[in-house]
Amino acid sequence: MKISPSTNGDSLGHRSASLRRRHVVASLFKALCIGFTLFAVSVLGLLIAQVGADGLPWLDAQFLNNFPSRFPEKAGVKSALYGTLWVVSLTALIALPMGVLAAIYLEDYAPASRLTRVIEINIANLAGVPSIVYGILGLAIFVRFFGLERSVLAGAMTMSLLILPVIIISSKEAIRAVPSSIRLAAYAVGATQWQVVRSHVLPAAIPGILTGVILALSRAIGETAPLIMIGALTYVAFTPEGPMDEFTALPIQIFNWASRPQAEFHELAAAGIIVLLAVLLTMNALAVLIRYKGTQK
Amino acid sequence: MINSENAVLEARDVTIRYGGHAAVKNVNLSIYEKKITAIIGPSGCGKSTLLRSLNRMNDFIDHVTQDGEILYRDTNLYDEGVDPVEVRLHMGMVFQRPNPFPKSIFRNVAWGPTINGLPGDINLRVERALKQAALWEEVKDRLDDSALNLSGGQQQRLCIARALAMEPEVILMDEPCSALDPVSTARIEDLLFELKQNYTIVIVTHNMQQASRVSDYTAFMESGTLIEYGDTDQVFTRPKQKRTEDYVTGRFG
Ligand SMILES: Nc1ncnc2c1ncn2[C@@H]1O[C@H](COP(=O)(O)OP(=O)(O)OP(=O)(O)O)[C@@H](O)[C@H]1O
Ligand SMILES: [Mg+2]
Repeated sequence: MKISPSTNGDSLGHRSASLRRRHVVASLFKALCIGFTLFAVSVLGLLIAQVGADGLPWLDAQFLNNFPSRFPEKAGVKSALYGTLWVVSLTALIALPMGVLAAIYLEDYAPASRLTRVIEINIANLAGVPSIVYGILGLAIFVRFFGLERSVLAGAMTMSLLILPVIIISSKEAIRAVPSSIRLAAYAVGATQWQVVRSHVLPAAIPGILTGVILALSRAIGETAPLIMIGALTYVAFTPEGPMDEFTALPIQIFNWASRPQAEFHELAAAGIIVLLAVLLTMNALAVLIRYKGTQK
Repeated sequence: MINSENAVLEARDVTIRYGGHAAVKNVNLSIYEKKITAIIGPSGCGKSTLLRSLNRMNDFIDHVTQDGEILYRDTNLYDEGVDPVEVRLHMGMVFQRPNPFPKSIFRNVAWGPTINGLPGDINLRVERALKQAALWEEVKDRLDDSALNLSGGQQQRLCIARALAMEPEVILMDEPCSALDPVSTARIEDLLFELKQNYTIVIVTHNMQQASRVSDYTAFMESGTLIEYGDTDQVFTRPKQKRTEDYVTGRFG
């Protein structure tokens, strides 16, 4: 076969019709992408502006320090904010070690067997199960069977179930991203598997793992359905003192306010949304910071 | 052809399969003490697979099965009671691509001896290994810098230093110069001559000149089979097999 250049020495500046057409298609596609991005961003901007306009006037120290009340001017999110922070912290304590250890096992220890594959596929499927299903499970197991009642602990354990698949999957990805050449180099100087995992795999994977964990926790913060399912209260005039106390959470409080007829309560709901967003953004900022620190080294 | 008295490692009827595919077939090969043995052959003929069997690095590849024995001073490396971690203390390895740990230069060299509790002052040990690997002068003022900031050639010498710091008996090298420029390659070849005083070296290489320059013995493999093994001089100047002659004179393929 003879190989010769396809342009055959033509000078530049003779763009063929097909090339011109391809440029047109490319520009159209770009315009389409920009259009949809703008649409999505402006809807989001509108929502935030609306919430801000409604809620900001109500957002003050009193709002953060008061318990809910029948009178809008006295109502606050203290119990809901504390409840959310309690649930999220406990969830992190439970789900983080379990998820990370499971991910390490699946990536570095588990034999490449069919059973392992089945487990991995099922974990991926669990990540897509609607949260209300976890609520039902939590109600049956933690609240009823273990008799934890409507406690912070029952809520945190239910939330842990909900985010474990996400944590396992993102941790697995972070662990898999550690090049195998590094593992092999470590084994070649006489390391045991645990030494390889501890000194090389984990340190390299931790930024990715933590980012995944924080994103999963952010999801937990916004979840309402499972908490309602296990019977978290809607009116709580105290902050939880321990894991066995009853609680409410921000999304429940917001929902409660939003479903009342009076306009003032709708504005309170907007203020609650701002508080929830602030917690979320703080956690996301933390994730970015950790990732940034991790890539710097 | 070769006196078999001081063989450190001896492969006997070694066959290695990936799943059903045999990558190394019935290889018999002796590695001699304080000599450099080169393994040459076309790409995919099983050189790396054979090399990895000498320090049980094939253990990390799924679905690998191995028949035959690899004797290390009369112990089969694949016997039940043999701990692969211990095997690798005797057989160090340098990989085809430089693979330093993403840590400081010092930690790269010091990590192995530290986790294995090797005796003596760790600073001296690191310095000695870096000097042997001809890297000391270039890095002595920045031992705490990340190893990833070194050039490719420096990284490969760092990996050699990392292997040397363990003071293994045998050093297995899989194309250690394939990612290096001629200057770095020449330095590593010089290094090999020096190391030969104290170490037994097995080196896989695609570079015929390199094999003929540095090695004492040469093994030529083709599609998993050991075609010829003997004195490097003999293999390159008076090969017994036609296929060896074709390969070393560049008439292969
Ligand atoms: N991890 C693996 N899984 C399956 N087959 C493999 C694996 N590694 C190597 N092989 C196969 O085994 C044979 C020998 O491979 P090997 O890497 O030992 O060759 P090589 O001589 O080192 O080649 P090169 O000179 O290109 O490095 C090849 O056919 C290769 O496709
Ligand atoms: Mg190879």
